[in-house]
Amino acid sequence: MSTAAGLRHDLLWQKVTIAIPYVWLLVYFLAPFAIILKISLADPVIAQPPFTPFFDSQGDITATSDNYSFLLTDKLYAVTYLKSVFMALVATLLCLALGFPMAYGIARADESTRNLLLLLIVLPFWISFLLRVYAWMGLLNNYGVINNVLMWLNVIDKPIAFMYTDFAIYVGLVYSYLPFMVLPLYATLERMDLDLVEAAQDLGARPSQAFWDVTWPLARPGVIAGCLLVFIPAMGEYVIPYLLGGPESLLIGRVLFDEFFVNRDWPLASAVAIVLLLILVVPIVFLQRSQARDAEGHA
Amino acid sequence: MAGNGASSTPFIEIRDVSKYFGDFAAVDSVSLTIGKGELFSILGGSGCGKTTLLRMLAGFEVPTKGRILIDGVDITEMPPYERPVNMMFQSYAIFPHMTVEKNVAYGLEKEGIPREEIKRRVGEMLNMVQLGAFAARKPHQLSGGQRQRVALARALVKRPKVLLLDEPLAALDKKLRERTQFELMSIQYKLGITFVVVTHDQEEAMILSSRIAVMDKGRLIQVGTPKEVYEYPNCRFVADFIGNINMFEGTVVDVDGDRVRVNCKDAGGELVALSDSPPLAGSAVCVAVRPEKIFISQNEPENSEDTRLAGVVEDLGYFGNLSLYRIRLEGGRIVQVSAQNRRRSAERFLEWDDKVFISWRPRSAVLLTD
Repeated sequence: MSTAAGLRHDLLWQKVTIAIPYVWLLVYFLAPFAIILKISLADPVIAQPPFTPFFDSQGDITATSDNYSFLLTDKLYAVTYLKSVFMALVATLLCLALGFPMAYGIARADESTRNLLLLLIVLPFWISFLLRVYAWMGLLNNYGVINNVLMWLNVIDKPIAFMYTDFAIYVGLVYSYLPFMVLPLYATLERMDLDLVEAAQDLGARPSQAFWDVTWPLARPGVIAGCLLVFIPAMGEYVIPYLLGGPESLLIGRVLFDEFFVNRDWPLASAVAIVLLLILVVPIVFLQRSQARDAEGHA
Repeated sequence: MAGNGASSTPFIEIRDVSKYFGDFAAVDSVSLTIGKGELFSILGGSGCGKTTLLRMLAGFEVPTKGRILIDGVDITEMPPYERPVNMMFQSYAIFPHMTVEKNVAYGLEKEGIPREEIKRRVGEMLNMVQLGAFAARKPHQLSGGQRQRVALARALVKRPKVLLLDEPLAALDKKLRERTQFELMSIQYKLGITFVVVTHDQEEAMILSSRIAVMDKGRLIQVGTPKEVYEYPNCRFVADFIGNINMFEGTVVDVDGDRVRVNCKDAGGELVALSDSPPLAGSAVCVAVRPEKIFISQNEPENSEDTRLAGVVEDLGYFGNLSLYRIRLEGGRIVQVSAQNRRRSAERFLEWDDKVFISWRPRSAVLLTD
């Protein structure tokens, strides 16, 4: 084979390699998104599929913004979005408060224990997410493990209603998404030069001051990545509020599901999904900006 | 180069300090006093305990036993942030998220010094290390040498009683290292702060220090001026660790006053050395001679006081200012000899396989028993 032909061959391979993820994103992300966007601009009908076609019989576009204006007029949706943002935010902060010391401890542990601890963090992923949430039902319900133990210890004399409360949702969210906080935090903390903390102390900073002056700012990329990895899926979470939450803890994921499958109002459900996406774009843009700034800072 | 303003009153006192990590003694019963204004080096190979000793001075490690005093105050258990001591880290440990100015100001801010004074002192210090123009830069925009100076400025701006330097020049290239050595010495002289330097580089220790402590396996082996440890090593380890040296193992034949005659088989003759505390006849000793203390000649030297040995030029190297010879003695032993090239010798001096004599004065050899 001549070198010129070899080069052409390499270039072809290069293009194919780059094309694969692009085609993947195009087919499985952009196309479905376009379909959802299209459905969100239609009217619901009792038909198969249950929405009006994009073009009517004359070939004119039949787009309508009714679904979006309905989202604005019915207070339920605004309240649900806000509640979802709030609960996702609280869950994220709880994960951060729990995950930071964990990640710090793992990063500072000696090498052999470190691998074991990381394995323990990842271990839950070997069991289906759904099963693990069901397991929490067994732990939290009125005759569940926690209430039984507390009663047996005479701490309480009648069961505490953990299940079907916001508390249960927080437990589920924090439990499920904690690894997504710990892993990126671990990655940044493990890379950090311990001399920097000692240098701060050497210059007169107490351990707590050294933490806020040095460790925390340098851990920021990990904090941001971890928070987004928790916040974004927690925001649209359906299974946890459905299984652990009460009827009053109406979150946007559940509303979305109900609009699709209970009301069969696909256009409205699509509009709910599009607005959810818009809300999530804000933190994602924030992440990208901050990553770009960090990349510049450590070039 | 030694002895810039060193006084004999103890300023740092290390009293019988040991540090164990599990069963391992990183530092083993070290006692040492360092005078005010000294530029003191702790020299040793990796794992000899020198860094652990420095970290105990900084407060990052607490001694398992023993006490450490600075300026009469017992600081053995004092946390690092309360000690009148600052450290320049081997990695420099400059805060990557702060500007040069912020880095240098950090220690003063922690002391709660007024803003204007911080600004003035940071400015002065940056000018002293010639970084005035770089105040607003971030660390990643600096060269290795500039970073080293930020680290130095940041440690010095707090006017510590003692500055600890962990391998201060190890990360610099050769040319820069030589220049920085002299800068460090002049800064030390100007400020009068006591410097304690940890280094594995014997040349660096020789040039910089007023005194050197040589460590091995956690123990202090010898403390002295650079000249003392070079010319009068007290054991085989120090003799071998610092500079080049020829060591002849042998047994004492007889002792006449301070003159000791040693029989050395592989040298193929008897060696003479002087010793203040001569060992007993029959004991195993080592005669150590530096290459530059040995004379080399083609005719048999006359002075009968000197040690004289015959050999053949095995190898020679021309270094411009000096020549290095490797002489194979009759006993089979190879000896290194260095000679200054004082003459621009068009005349040929020595060549491979020439028969030669080497000799040295009794005073030039060191008799080692340890």
